[in-house]
Amino acid sequence: MNAILAISAAEFRIALRNRWVAIAVAMMALFSLVLTGAGSAPTGILGADRLSVTVASLTSLAVYLVPLVALLMSFDAIAGEVERGTLPLMLTYPLGRVEILLGNFIAHMLTLTLAVAIGYGLAAGVAIWADPRASAGVPAMVRLFWTSLILGAAFVAIGYAISVIARRPGAAAGLAIAIWLVLIVLYDLGLLAAVVTDDGGRFTTEIFPWLLVGNPADAFRLYNLSASDATAAAAGVGAAAHAIPPAYALASILLWPLLGLGLAVLAFRKVTS
Amino acid sequence: MPNLILSRLTKTFGVTRALRDVSFTVAPGERIALLGHNGAGKSTLMKIVLGLIPFDGGMATVLGAAPGDRAARRQVAYLPENVAFHPALTGLEQIRTYLRLRGEAARDAMGLLDRVGLADAATRRIGTYSKGMRQRVGLAQALIGKPRLLVLDEPTSGLDPVSRRDFYATLDGLAADGASILLSSHALTEVEARTDRIVILSQGAMVANASLAQLRQQAALPIQMQVRARDGAADMVAESLGGARFNGATVNLNFAPDQKLARLTQVTALGALIEDVEVIPPSLEDIYSHFSKQVRP
Ligand SMILES: Nc1ncnc2c1ncn2[C@@H]1O[C@H](COP(=O)(O)OP(=O)(O)OP(=O)(O)O)[C@@H](O)[C@H]1O
Ligand SMILES: [Mg+2]
Repeated sequence: MNAILAISAAEFRIALRNRWVAIAVAMMALFSLVLTGAGSAPTGILGADRLSVTVASLTSLAVYLVPLVALLMSFDAIAGEVERGTLPLMLTYPLGRVEILLGNFIAHMLTLTLAVAIGYGLAAGVAIWADPRASAGVPAMVRLFWTSLILGAAFVAIGYAISVIARRPGAAAGLAIAIWLVLIVLYDLGLLAAVVTDDGGRFTTEIFPWLLVGNPADAFRLYNLSASDATAAAAGVGAAAHAIPPAYALASILLWPLLGLGLAVLAFRKVTS
Repeated sequence: MPNLILSRLTKTFGVTRALRDVSFTVAPGERIALLGHNGAGKSTLMKIVLGLIPFDGGMATVLGAAPGDRAARRQVAYLPENVAFHPALTGLEQIRTYLRLRGEAARDAMGLLDRVGLADAATRRIGTYSKGMRQRVGLAQALIGKPRLLVLDEPTSGLDPVSRRDFYATLDGLAADGASILLSSHALTEVEARTDRIVILSQGAMVANASLAQLRQQAALPIQMQVRARDGAADMVAESLGGARFNGATVNLNFAPDQKLARLTQVTALGALIEDVEVIPPSLEDIYSHFSKQVRP
């Protein structure tokens, strides 16, 4: 345990001194604020409070941004050590590879928590300041916060698997972007195309919901939208969100970090020097 | 029981036979120098001892365990060649981390850095360090805890002469406490005085494993003697000793080691004709190239 914490402490320092992480935090903060400003228009129309509207906008944002930031922090974890030549020495210390990964994981989750808290905190602050009814949206905001962290955990873990398998930071970065594109952008487009082609057939009713909930980003979106009517209403996807039980979506986002870490550990075991 | 036992160790990379049937042991308190040309297999052997890469044949036992076993890793220190650290960490932070990874108190970090002469730079980022300073961070981490086996890959590369001397003094202290030391080096002269035994690898095969004195004897390389004659006597001296004249007044003689006394007697017999005599034993470089030229098929 001491070994894990020692690695976390060092990696957290490194993360704080890394300009990528600074960019990620700034990006979270900036986008959150822009969305809060943009979200002010429909407030009156839908009758939802300002914070719920903000949460709806942030949910859409988080689906893209949180995985990106998580991958950005994690893709270099092992590949960077291989490139710098620091990994062999580390591997001669009396600690397991699982401990190396967990140490990194704690540090990166801490950094991610910081970035998300700053971004959402700013957005929530503005909403509460502007709308006295905003306290109604606090539970949704809290839920968005912790589910964002779990979504982030999934992609940090996936980033480690990428980092171990790619072995080189350049290759890992490319693979990370590819995975992000596939899981976050192309996956939904593909499903959409399939649903349109299927035109209400068996695929749409029986297979599509499972494919949707199986993707961590979609599961995250579903869970946040289905858990709060106000948020779902604000996002205009009420019906779709209710098609799948929220528990399934939650199970999916909880499972993905474990899956990712498991994969990373398996791949890391095979690495020699 | 030896701290390190290698028996017929074999390692192949594709068509490169990096190690061929290498067998030797390192006892507690022993300091072994691993010598060999570039690509001879020194680093490969060390990585195998640390469990960083697998081997194809033979056996390796490190402190009674398999290489890379956690039990072995606890008591083995390693300094890789071209040691590297994360440039964003300071020397102090890096050593504190390593201390904690070995279950030692992080507060010892400053003392370790002081031991390798880095106390003043301790709070600067390693990215700003010179090559020799990075090497010293590597040495500092190898001194953590009480390692029973130190595997040091070209530990003095990049170190200035004074730091080298200090470094070997530190090793002497560790060896006196019973630690085994296996180090590779291309600096033959420093190895000469500071190690107990020399192992020479040549294209992956072990061609020597003995103390320097024994290697000297085994090699039986010719001894050189320079005889300086008095003014005008050089020709006479050269003729009677059968050597070649060189530099006007000096006569050069080369002969097998067992002829040394006979030759000296000859020289002293010339008495007044001689101004000075110098006997030059084969240099360490000569001995080294004698052995590293031998390659088993
Ligand atoms: N990962 C590898 N893949 C392929 N060949 C390798 C690998 N590592 C080492 N070799 C080869 O094994 C041989 C021994 O290399 P090694 O690094 O052990 O030499 P060395 O004695 O440490 O040399 P130097 O004095 O230059 O450090 C070389 O021919 C090298 O090319
Ligand atoms: Mg080498």
